[in-house]
Amino acid sequence: MNKKRIYPQWFLLVPLVLYIVFFLFPGLMGVFYSFTDWSSRSSVNGLHFVGLANYIEIFTSNKDYASGISNTLVFTIISNIVKIIPALFLAILLQEGIKGKGLYRTLFYLPSILPFVIIGLVFKSVLNYNTGLLNGVLEFLHIGFLKQKWLSDLNVVWKSIFGVDAWRGIGYVMTIFMAGLSAIPKSYYEAAEIDGANFWAKLRYVTLPMMTGSIMINLVFGITYGLKVFDIVYVLTNGGPGHATEVLTTYAFQLYSNGQYGMSTALNAILLIITAAVGILVVKVMSRQEVQQ
Amino acid sequence: MSRKRIQGIIKQITCILLSLIVITPFYMVLINSFKSKGEAARMSLSLPKKWVFTNYAEVIEKGKLMQGFSNSLLYATVATLIGVVLCAMAAFVICRRKSKFNDFIYYFVLCGLFFPVNYVTLVKVFQLMHLTDTKLGIIITFTSAMIPFCVFTIRNFVLSVPVEMDEAAVIDGAGPLALFFRIIMPLLKPILVTCFILQFMGVWSDFLTPLYLSSKSRMFPMTMAVYQFFGKNTNYWNYIFADIVLTCVPVLIVYMLGQKYIVSGMTSGAVKE
Repeated sequence: MNKKRIYPQWFLLVPLVLYIVFFLFPGLMGVFYSFTDWSSRSSVNGLHFVGLANYIEIFTSNKDYASGISNTLVFTIISNIVKIIPALFLAILLQEGIKGKGLYRTLFYLPSILPFVIIGLVFKSVLNYNTGLLNGVLEFLHIGFLKQKWLSDLNVVWKSIFGVDAWRGIGYVMTIFMAGLSAIPKSYYEAAEIDGANFWAKLRYVTLPMMTGSIMINLVFGITYGLKVFDIVYVLTNGGPGHATEVLTTYAFQLYSNGQYGMSTALNAILLIITAAVGILVVKVMSRQEVQQ
Repeated sequence: MSRKRIQGIIKQITCILLSLIVITPFYMVLINSFKSKGEAARMSLSLPKKWVFTNYAEVIEKGKLMQGFSNSLLYATVATLIGVVLCAMAAFVICRRKSKFNDFIYYFVLCGLFFPVNYVTLVKVFQLMHLTDTKLGIIITFTSAMIPFCVFTIRNFVLSVPVEMDEAAVIDGAGPLALFFRIIMPLLKPILVTCFILQFMGVWSDFLTPLYLSSKSRMFPMTMAVYQFFGKNTNYWNYIFADIVLTCVPVLIVYMLGQKYIVSGMTSGAVKE
């Protein structure tokens, strides 16, 4: 069979061109522009190389851009922990057999299909201090002392964001775990039980080692999502109160709106470097696995 | 009562409580969307004293929802259809015609799963190509951004389609296009449907792309229309809730219809170890 004829290379052409021109190229171009004073006034004043000035500004200015970077990293780590661990136990709970398993799975997955903007708006209402549903329920249960200014108190606002994020994302993570669990042969658990393994031993020696695939997928999706997070923060708090919940992408958008394009692309370049490091690591692991197969 | 029975009851209670946590906000939004302005502002769970159905008519008109809806539908349908078909063709060749170059292309495209889109420079690229503030530009952006995910998932599926199919078709005189569209595409249907649904919902939910790329409100998809409406009518929670309901309905319908495809697609990588 003539491979050249029936599998023509031009099938690759259009997607590759689109991917390079509208996805990769802007990214690289952003790295270039991050060394310039590109701004909304550049059409008048011209474009100048400024070396590392944008980066120095990011890490030393009193505008706290650096905290946007650390907030992004902290969000990535914590949002994954608060989703992955409960989702794992929930998946085990449902998979062990319970009446209404399918219904529960559908319900728990439901929030993750809705647009973030919508979820943000819904929770702006739910977390409202005076009339919101959450404080109302706490009052109703006579535990009103737990009431909080969920979105404006500096000590609580991040917890609210993690909470809303978990509300949306746990079902998604859980569904992937359930698929992983369903692929583990029952006989493994039976053998472990004969050896006297309790719940934790079965989790440690059977479930977790057999689930590396789904754990990996959840980590990859979770980490890339966390690093690029924008919508939920933008709609819920818009970076506030003050700049307390600002992340890389919200700062980048803010700078873009102010016409400071060079600074905005510098922040984007930092995000690009972080995600590239994570991405290369993951692709390496994946290609090694394929070779092993 | 046996220990097992008690455990079962505790599990059910846990699940019911969690379901309540998921459902209550939805219920709150739905019930308050039928209330008057003053009543909706209290955001209570009680039934409306008087059912106000006109909230919906008001929102559709004031919130420019028809325009948002048709824009969202256009972006999501066109971008996703083109993206999925193009990626299927690419994944097919990458998979069948093994070479160092194609392997490199595969991992090269895969990198896009992680990278962020740089919208600031994308705006610049659009200016150079005269795509600024065009619907075509937004569609191209969405299509380009879904390429890594689609190539990745479809390629994994092509691996399971036997090469003998190709040979038989070629012996019967099929050219590359006939082979792909008549023989291969139908076999890939499950994964193509999955990709389509996932990406369709992704585009429908996306907020960042139109935020950067559409400066004119006639280009806004539903998510932007809702957000702008919220900004202008912060105290009219009855309208905002009605707006939220209308934005959610299309995604919920797609979810209900395509549920089995969504789960199978999302997890196709998870079980394959």
